[in-house]
Amino acid sequence: MIDSSPIAARARRVAGAAARRPGLVLSVLVLLLTMGWVLAPDWFGGQSPTAGVAQQRLEPPSGRHPFGTDQLGRDVYARVVHAAGLSLGTALAATAIASAAGVLLGLAAGYFGRTADVVISRIVDITLSIPSVLLSLLIISALGGGTLHIAVAVAVTSVAGFSRLTRAEVLRIRTAVHVEAAALCGARWWRILARYVAPAVVGPVLGLAALDFGLVVLAVSALSFLGYGPPPPAPEWGALVASGRNYLATAWWLSTLPGLTVGVVVLAANRLSRALETERSRA
Amino acid sequence: MTEPRQVLEVRGLRVTYRSRSGRVSAVDGAGLTVTAGQITAVVGESGSGKTSTAHAVLGLLPPTGRIEAGSIRLRGQELVGLSRRAWQHIRGAQIGLVPQDPAVSLDPLTPIGRHVAEVLRIHGLATRATAPDRAVELLAEAGIPDAAARARQYPHELSGGLRQRVLIAMATAARPALLIADEPTSALDVTVQRQILDHLDTLVSTGDLAILLVTHDLAVVAQRAQHVVVMSHGQVVEAGPTSEVLTDPRTGYTRRLIADAPGLHSRRLRPSAPAAPPAAEAPAPGPLLTVDHLGLSYPAHRTRGRDRPARPAVDDVSFTIPARTTLGLVGESGSGKTSLARLILGLARPDTGTIRLDGRDITALRRRDLRTVHRRVQLIYQNPYASLNPYFTVDELVGEPLRNYGIGDRAGRAQRIGELLDSVALPAGIRRRRAAELSGGQRQRVAIARALALNPDLLVCDEPVSALDVTVQAQILQLLVDLQQRYGLTYLFISHDLAVVRQIADRVAVMRGGRLVELATTDDIFAAPRHPYTRALLDAIPNQKDPSWNLD
Amino acid sequence: MRLVVHGTGKYVVRRLAQAAAVVWAAFTVTFVAIRLLPGDPVALMLSGRNGFSAPTPEQVAETRARLGLDRPLPVQYWDALADALHGDFGSSIQTGRPVSAMISETLPATLQLGAAALVLSLVAGTAVGIAANLVGAPWARQWLRSLPAVGISLPSFWVGLVLLELLSFRWRVFPSFGSTGLTGLVLPACTLALPGAALVAQVLGKSLHDTLLQPYADTLRASGAGAWRLVVGHGLRNAAIPAVTAAGLLVGHLIGGAVVVETVFSRPGLGRITQAAVGEQDLPVVQGAVVVAALAFALVNLAIDLLYPILDPRIHATTRTAGTPA
Repeated sequence: MIDSSPIAARARRVAGAAARRPGLVLSVLVLLLTMGWVLAPDWFGGQSPTAGVAQQRLEPPSGRHPFGTDQLGRDVYARVVHAAGLSLGTALAATAIASAAGVLLGLAAGYFGRTADVVISRIVDITLSIPSVLLSLLIISALGGGTLHIAVAVAVTSVAGFSRLTRAEVLRIRTAVHVEAAALCGARWWRILARYVAPAVVGPVLGLAALDFGLVVLAVSALSFLGYGPPPPAPEWGALVASGRNYLATAWWLSTLPGLTVGVVVLAANRLSRALETERSRA
Repeated sequence: MTEPRQVLEVRGLRVTYRSRSGRVSAVDGAGLTVTAGQITAVVGESGSGKTSTAHAVLGLLPPTGRIEAGSIRLRGQELVGLSRRAWQHIRGAQIGLVPQDPAVSLDPLTPIGRHVAEVLRIHGLATRATAPDRAVELLAEAGIPDAAARARQYPHELSGGLRQRVLIAMATAARPALLIADEPTSALDVTVQRQILDHLDTLVSTGDLAILLVTHDLAVVAQRAQHVVVMSHGQVVEAGPTSEVLTDPRTGYTRRLIADAPGLHSRRLRPSAPAAPPAAEAPAPGPLLTVDHLGLSYPAHRTRGRDRPARPAVDDVSFTIPARTTLGLVGESGSGKTSLARLILGLARPDTGTIRLDGRDITALRRRDLRTVHRRVQLIYQNPYASLNPYFTVDELVGEPLRNYGIGDRAGRAQRIGELLDSVALPAGIRRRRAAELSGGQRQRVAIARALALNPDLLVCDEPVSALDVTVQAQILQLLVDLQQRYGLTYLFISHDLAVVRQIADRVAVMRGGRLVELATTDDIFAAPRHPYTRALLDAIPNQKDPSWNLD
Repeated sequence: MRLVVHGTGKYVVRRLAQAAAVVWAAFTVTFVAIRLLPGDPVALMLSGRNGFSAPTPEQVAETRARLGLDRPLPVQYWDALADALHGDFGSSIQTGRPVSAMISETLPATLQLGAAALVLSLVAGTAVGIAANLVGAPWARQWLRSLPAVGISLPSFWVGLVLLELLSFRWRVFPSFGSTGLTGLVLPACTLALPGAALVAQVLGKSLHDTLLQPYADTLRASGAGAWRLVVGHGLRNAAIPAVTAAGLLVGHLIGGAVVVETVFSRPGLGRITQAAVGEQDLPVVQGAVVVAALAFALVNLAIDLLYPILDPRIHATTRTAGTPA
């Protein structure tokens, strides 16, 4: 019987789980699609993001131009697709910087005694004393605009979250009974860090990274909406929304559809992070 | 005497829970009756369905639970299938609940008087103006001293016993016909347990109230219940008057349950194999562990808004444990037993006194020297699940000490792990499993195997069986006795339960408030306790007063 | 009784000192960011003044001396801190006007917007958070529970533009850009409030949900308490602490969000001048805005810290984390 093969059973189980959570499936599909945009923009975007057709200026969405065209006759969908690389790349870089720095700081604060904890926690707290958008703006005004500077400016505001989470997990695990039991079994500190603490930290950090990624996409697009992103010819989601602002009364699609794209991607990342979180708390 | 009035009648009850792999049956065709003026006990091990039955009677199954079939009649009224609104007139008014853990069962932000007043207001038994005074009366009735002043206190300001009295006052405020007491004393110290059970006794003695007592403790059943219902795997296996069921059990399950219950027939367990000659011949050497004037205080600090002065956790404690013997260490929570264990293992440093192992002073060793001590002294924790790394397989768990101390090569370690698992009677098939995939008893066996890996001399067992069901408890205790004989182990066995200690200890030390109040051989402690506190602890073991339950 | 008052007084003093330290830290961060990160404010400032010709070295040196930038850093820091304590953040590089004057002119409009958004978020967020735990129908519960995630995910600059597009341009219900009247406040306040409301709804909803799973909720159910009494009478107070903490974060969101929302709606305000100043690298203005924001943030969180002991009798004035009573 085909049904009894383990692969078929497994596939059925996955399909069953997917059917129970259609929102999660949709979210994963959205994220896969945007990943495709990043990796192969020409294949997904179809038309040129920069070359406009003069006769097709400000056309509303249609079969030929799903997101309409802009004031120079450029296809908005193609611009959104090509912007994905820059927008998501910046966000990924920011999340990577933030999580790496935060986890290292949190591990050090949680594991290496009181002095390290106090010093690191105070430094981290300072970044929390300034509302995050303003901290980003401060860094941008000191460094100047541009993709890398935006990534750094956004990452700095996220470090505290990762550091605090990691520290809390380390402190929790450190005092856990099974870690004390390990010490009684002669385990040394590096083994405890590697085999007892680290595995427990990975799950929560991944969950936070997924959640943070969504927020970072929002922050990056907000900063480029405000005009601090890469200079104009390079398409970027927030900048696309900003440029459509001047045609709000006449061409709604110019800012609405790129903005909606940002919202959908962030929502999908949120949904995925929530699923990771419940999966972890159930395990 | 009037004819006994049936208050509750449950027939053919089936309860299932939704789980990942479909619906799982928790109660499967259970039936029971509860009579006014009596305590009817439902006993069974965890997973027997006793708690699900009680929750079904209250209409408080968790969202994943559902009544599939059966009927629950309260004074003739059918409760299965009632609407949400109709239930609100049953719960609190006709059925009261005394929950398991008083520490978490009161709203922490509501004063206790208002808790009781609220019940009266919900059921229209008092007005906004009269409710507070009536609540104070009810609190006083439930045995709360100075009730008028206490009514304004918050739950965290009361002791566990008083909180349980508040909960009883709430449950009885509307004069219900039925009280469901769900393990009402399992979270309380033994001496307080007795007071609460006495209070429940007086409540039924008026004749109007019926109590359904859910418990795992046969000793409590023997002493308090007139009627007992034994449940296993969702079904009622035996029911009848307590005296009949406990003295003349009809089913094998009940017999085993009674045989395994330490409170009913406590005696020293013997090794299952006959004593091997060398172990018996070895002359009793000097003491393996010597503890001398040991003291440890926790510094003054503030918790929950109250100043706590510097408090001795361990206060001038001295004792010895001869090699190959077991010292039982008994006391209520907060008596300092666990602190003492931690001092011996070097997990805490004493302020005063010395600890000697085989004559060598191990009191305040550096971390490196402590490692050598841990080759000879190991600890078994109360909660085996918490003490095992959830990411490790059984193989890795048991092999961890070998690996850390560099004992043997890979093949040698694998063989040793096999031997260890064998010695704690675990099948080799579980070597690839993780702790979450084991039963409670298996987990404790893994923890014991790990503790044995380094061939230690002394095992400190900190309440090793109190998280386990009685039957499993009995198996683990027997295992410890067998291992002691086989490997010549010395035990420091810590427990709050004198009945358990009696089964395994050669000598018993009683602790209270950090002090050692009495130390004597097990026989002497039970036959002729000298300290009044020891006597109070013994009194709290139900069958001590009632020889008819002594089934030996 | 006296002992308690004494303890509370100490608690207030300590929290005040912490708030002051936080604002000082924020000031220091801005100082460090501006002086130590690459980018020369003087060159930037002069190039702005001179049009296209590059500033001569003499001009640069003269300006540096005039602004005191040629002195050692600790001296500069000390002077700047002393000035800031007197409300003096220097002058704008772009306009030459005192930063303090620019802030005090624009602050009222931003405060008005922020206060309106704060009230809206708290009211809407609390309502959704309660409703998600109160309604009986599972589908409605599910829907109310996923609502906050949507609110948090939508970019506020986009929400603002969509509201403008629909309500101002298409249906002409509200005025569009630049209006300062009460009707002009509605759309910006709603835009600014949306993520905040979602945050409050999410935290309160989750906290209420957890509260209702506690054993004492079962005690109350067993006493015959209905859903309303359970959720509103008992749950809300027990769930309040995480929600109040979230409200503190919310103020941070509102301050940052004001920059975006004021830009979208072309509303004059502190956020707007900050947005412009960042683009022009007008560092004194940015510094002033950041310190004012940090001050507001610290004050709100101070107020919330002082609220905790009132909300929960177990939290004594000296400890913030209360364990479960044993």
